[in-house]
Amino acid sequence: MPFIPHTEDDVQAMLKAIGADSIDDLFDEIPAELRISELAGVPEALSEMEIVRLMRSRSLRDRLPLCFIGAGAYEHHIPAAVWDIATRGEYYSAYTPYQAEASQGTLQTIYEYQTMITSLTGMYASNASLYDGASALAEASLMAVRGNRASNSKRILLAAGVNATYQSVAEAITGNQGLHFDRLPLDISKGTTDRAGVDAGDEAPVALVIQQPSFFGTLEDIDALTDWAHAQGALVIAIVNPTSLAVLKAPGDWGETGADIVCGEGQPLGVPLSSGGPYFGFMACTQKLVRQMPGRIVGRTTDLNGQPGFTLTLQAREQHIRRSKATSNICTNQGLMVTAATIYLSLLGHAGLKQVALASNNKTARLLELLTAIDGVEQTFSGSFFHEVVVTLDRPIAPVLEALAAVDILGGLDLSVAFPELGNALLVCATETKSDADLQRYASSLADILK
Amino acid sequence: MSELPGDLEYTNDHEWLRKEEDGSVTIGITDHAQTSLGDLVYVELPELDVDVEVGGEMAVVESVKAASDVYAPVSGNVVAVNEALSDDPEKINADPYGDGWIVRLQPTADGDGETMTPDEYQALLDELES
Repeated sequence: MPFIPHTEDDVQAMLKAIGADSIDDLFDEIPAELRISELAGVPEALSEMEIVRLMRSRSLRDRLPLCFIGAGAYEHHIPAAVWDIATRGEYYSAYTPYQAEASQGTLQTIYEYQTMITSLTGMYASNASLYDGASALAEASLMAVRGNRASNSKRILLAAGVNATYQSVAEAITGNQGLHFDRLPLDISKGTTDRAGVDAGDEAPVALVIQQPSFFGTLEDIDALTDWAHAQGALVIAIVNPTSLAVLKAPGDWGETGADIVCGEGQPLGVPLSSGGPYFGFMACTQKLVRQMPGRIVGRTTDLNGQPGFTLTLQAREQHIRRSKATSNICTNQGLMVTAATIYLSLLGHAGLKQVALASNNKTARLLELLTAIDGVEQTFSGSFFHEVVVTLDRPIAPVLEALAAVDILGGLDLSVAFPELGNALLVCATETKSDADLQRYASSLADILK
Repeated sequence: MSELPGDLEYTNDHEWLRKEEDGSVTIGITDHAQTSLGDLVYVELPELDVDVEVGGEMAVVESVKAASDVYAPVSGNVVAVNEALSDDPEKINADPYGDGWIVRLQPTADGDGETMTPDEYQALLDELES
């Protein structure tokens, strides 16, 4: 079935009307070196029958191994009702409808989602979501530069435990707008930001980014870091794991006055790992910064008949009104993922989410106990952790992970790639999905390999 | 037909200026501007003691249907902002030449920025309406 409705005659007529010779001419302004003629691993157009066959064969590569990798995306149990409801015809669209107000149910779902995010983060307002956690940090950084008007700086400080991938994504997105990122030193014994080494440097930062729990699963001294940043005239951007907020302090309560912007990866809330996406980013902020927030925001209002209704609000921030001066080019949201997250949170409730968080923490503690009982495995950092922890092995990590994969265990993330100063360090995660037998199987397999 | 106070100067961007006795300049948007924007819901004011250049963005006025920049009609240092607008942006709709003033600048460069007399601005408005 042709999904492009224009005939060759239509195309020629349109090209003639605008004075272009070919469709390729329209892309002339993109430099040749930035254009990719073909995508590796993506074949030329295939028929439906061929593509189904191809995708089936690729899906067989996922052998459902036992997964102990976290590092930003987390395997949690997703109640069957979540995707049963989310994929109903009424919901099953990735987009906010163009005439948004015509779809009151969609808007109410987003409104409920925003309410849940503000409740979890302790912030004033949430947007309707962004693409993912990493691009949410980029947007939060740009937002901090716009919102912190007393500062002329475009320098963003990162706490030592900020996900290195988030940093590289934020640099790629914001680099041409002059933003630059500096990382604070890591306390090698605790796996948190080295407070003694904290120095604003020559150029006062416009914002400090604190990830809690840190990329290493450890817990930063968020109150002290928040107050320190505010004393420097910097805004505080919190990156948080939404599951952890069931048991950890909400960013709105960090330090004396709380974080200013909160963002993160929403995937743990009912979105499957699915080979890396689609996920969704969330973002919330203080009342003072709400007009600097990117993305769509749904508000509740009263219609002509006095009935409650939902509407897109504060649209003067957005590019269809403010054009080049919009807060962002983001004019969409991850609607379907957000729908799943809203259903997930509704089904679990406060108590259920807390159970998930505590169970994950317990499983990780148990895993740590089993692993450190093995000769050649030690806990890398002292102190508390959420549902991820770093262990140091007595040999290089990569071959060990390969040996584990051979018995269908994904053993964790090799930190020696991004953080060579940590030596043979392995980041492992256990959520509520792991039974004690699973943990035992990992430990005994690792013990065999390290023998 | 909007009324134009005779003691003010005007700009192409539909702003007005009043030269104060202490040499500072009070700035707002004209009645024509507030009528075109509609009900104002938010005003983003500059920080005090910030230097602005002629033609540079100084403030933002946001209505239910649009957001518009307020440009500095002269180069200067921000010596006062109308804080009352933060809670009450509709003052600009109600009294654009009085309670709805936005920023006061102390000019830092002599005679930069082009302004119009009330008659010249009226002629611009007539042209826009014709």
